[in-house]
Amino acid sequence: MQINSPNFKARSTAEIANTGLQKALVRTRPRFPAARAAAVEKLPEFEQLRDIGRDIKNHTLANLDFYLETWERNVLNAGGHVHWASTAEDARKIVLDICQRVGAKTVTKGKSMISEELSINEHLEKHGITPVETDLGEYILQIRKEAPSHIIAPAFHLNREDWEESFRKVHTDLPADRTFNERRDILIEARTRLREKFLAADVGITGANFLIAETGSNVIVTNEGNGDLTQTLPKVHIVLASIEKVVPTLEDACNMLRLLARSATGQDMSVYTTFSTGARRPGDLDGPEEYHVVVVDNGRSAMIGTEFQEMLRCIRCAACMNHCPVYQTVGGHSYGWVYPGPMGSVLTPSLIGVDKAGHLPNASTFCGKCESVCPVKIPLPKLMRHWREREFERHLQPMGVRTNLALWAFVAKRPGLYRLATRIAAKGLALLAGRKGRFSSLPFAGGWTKGRELPAPEGDTFFARYAKQQRGEA
Amino acid sequence: MTQPASRPRVALFVTCLVDMQRPSVGFAAIKLLEAAGCDVEVPRAQTCCGQPAYNSGDRATAADLARGIVEAFSGYDYVVVPSGSCGGMLNSHMPHLFDNDPNMKARAQALADKTFELMSFLVDERGMTEFGAQFDGSVTYHDSCAGLRELDVKTQPRELLANVEGLSLVEMKEPEICCGFGGTFCVKYPDISTRMVSDKVADIVSTGAGTLLAGDMGCLLNMAGRLQREGHGVKVRHIAEVLAGMTGELPAIGEGSAS
Repeated sequence: MQINSPNFKARSTAEIANTGLQKALVRTRPRFPAARAAAVEKLPEFEQLRDIGRDIKNHTLANLDFYLETWERNVLNAGGHVHWASTAEDARKIVLDICQRVGAKTVTKGKSMISEELSINEHLEKHGITPVETDLGEYILQIRKEAPSHIIAPAFHLNREDWEESFRKVHTDLPADRTFNERRDILIEARTRLREKFLAADVGITGANFLIAETGSNVIVTNEGNGDLTQTLPKVHIVLASIEKVVPTLEDACNMLRLLARSATGQDMSVYTTFSTGARRPGDLDGPEEYHVVVVDNGRSAMIGTEFQEMLRCIRCAACMNHCPVYQTVGGHSYGWVYPGPMGSVLTPSLIGVDKAGHLPNASTFCGKCESVCPVKIPLPKLMRHWREREFERHLQPMGVRTNLALWAFVAKRPGLYRLATRIAAKGLALLAGRKGRFSSLPFAGGWTKGRELPAPEGDTFFARYAKQQRGEA
Repeated sequence: MTQPASRPRVALFVTCLVDMQRPSVGFAAIKLLEAAGCDVEVPRAQTCCGQPAYNSGDRATAADLARGIVEAFSGYDYVVVPSGSCGGMLNSHMPHLFDNDPNMKARAQALADKTFELMSFLVDERGMTEFGAQFDGSVTYHDSCAGLRELDVKTQPRELLANVEGLSLVEMKEPEICCGFGGTFCVKYPDISTRMVSDKVADIVSTGAGTLLAGDMGCLLNMAGRLQREGHGVKVRHIAEVLAGMTGELPAIGEGSAS
């Protein structure tokens, strides 16, 4: 996907002024947090489960080579194929080769963020193969040629009128006087369209929520069943999975699943949770003839052993963005690449470079809400702060920011000088503000006064007044 | 209530915003701490907790400031901070600045262990329930993020407000949502910050409360600034001012002497 993260600031300003997006955000904003809170409330051991989830992932990451190799052996034993892709380019080539070898014309796709990261659709199209997104949200985004703005609700930024407009534009063979009064109407129209595509597809591509080492299985969760039709109907099933998706055992996967849907949508379980292991066996009624898994690194192994390793625990539930006041203000497209919100603000710099993604870890108030809801307890604010440290070390921040910081640091390290400087500033500002007690504008404070009044200091500083009091003068 | 027999020596960490913007909060804190049976001192060698550096990626400066704080504050029984944000810096973050220096880390951790945000210190450590304050009117209370999520400040301010004579607390729909201040965030991303604080202001105004209280000057300045820019008459104060009975002589934040 094209990288627009350097333009975060301009994009977010535009999105704040985008009335359609703001309408969608205001409407959707309360839903996921309320649903999650209700689900957590019903499960007394949820907090312990978060510890278990964190520990499973930490253990797996500490032994990642072992579990990936175990998993690979079990995929091969089940008659599947495993392809290792170091880069996005490798992964694209592997997928295209499989599709071309079987003469694929259309490819159905389940929802997959790694597929967005790899730009699989564009690559297939370039080579004459038609990808068809089958998740309802992804389906409409494909029609509109837009990127997902949320990792589990890709069309989070759209309103019903957008859906209606897009469906009328592309489904021109359907009666023009049909109505879209309910969500159901949209669903039924999409389902009818997609049925034909499912049956016609030569290859089905899905992501993976988990890979299970002890069985060689992959697990996907969906609420629409589209993933099942994608992976069982075509002759060939390709799974796209990044290296950190592996967990050791079936029981581990079940613990993770208990966390995933509750954290994501507030469901106890997603509507469809599907385990698939290898290709169709003799006697099986359905399933693909070929089963391939493309295991993608694309920058992740470089995070192992660094302070960012904890980010690889992420199970892509989206709880962080659902609860993030910044995400909920600017929407997912502002972030300018595949992964928005707090998890994206940590992961994106790892994958595309902090020189391009520097705004992301800075655009956080460190309110800490994301960390408090993360099912695997990733310390997201801490990791964003680490990115700011990398930026500082590499002198990537604007010169003005560094100069101000250095000047402030020089004074703050010298209490005597600091006392004097703050006293001059406080008294000066109080005097300047006069009886009004605040400023509507002030040189060098435009960032503040653009949207707010600046309250003036009371007068003299605390330390000056306190010293006087101690001397018995006040 | 009965006071513990010994009077602990408490060092007040004033915070840079209280020092410059709102000294009365510092005096209110001293008054409350003394009422809670403490001997209060204010070490001179303090400036800032270091968050501007720490959150801008400048760990070295943050560590330099932290060394000064450890030096100046280690000799007391407690360190009390009238801010969840700066309190959280001392309490939750400062020891990690010395992950590669076991000796300093141990000293920073010892300091962290005796550092408290003002409201939680008064209630949890000193068992205070009231200060005999009076305040006629309705207030709403904003939970500042660091106090809430790093230091568990949630019930303590409400307990103390419940015993202020004449005061009624009206909760916001979402008192725990960030106001959009975020330190340097508010000037680095003013459009996002303004949108966030506008949402906060809408929630504040919809309570119908005449006064907004919180325990952090950063959030208070931000919310006061936006309330005033939008022309709302809601007064904004640090909670310590109300508990210390200082609201009579002291204009609300950003109100000056004209109002």
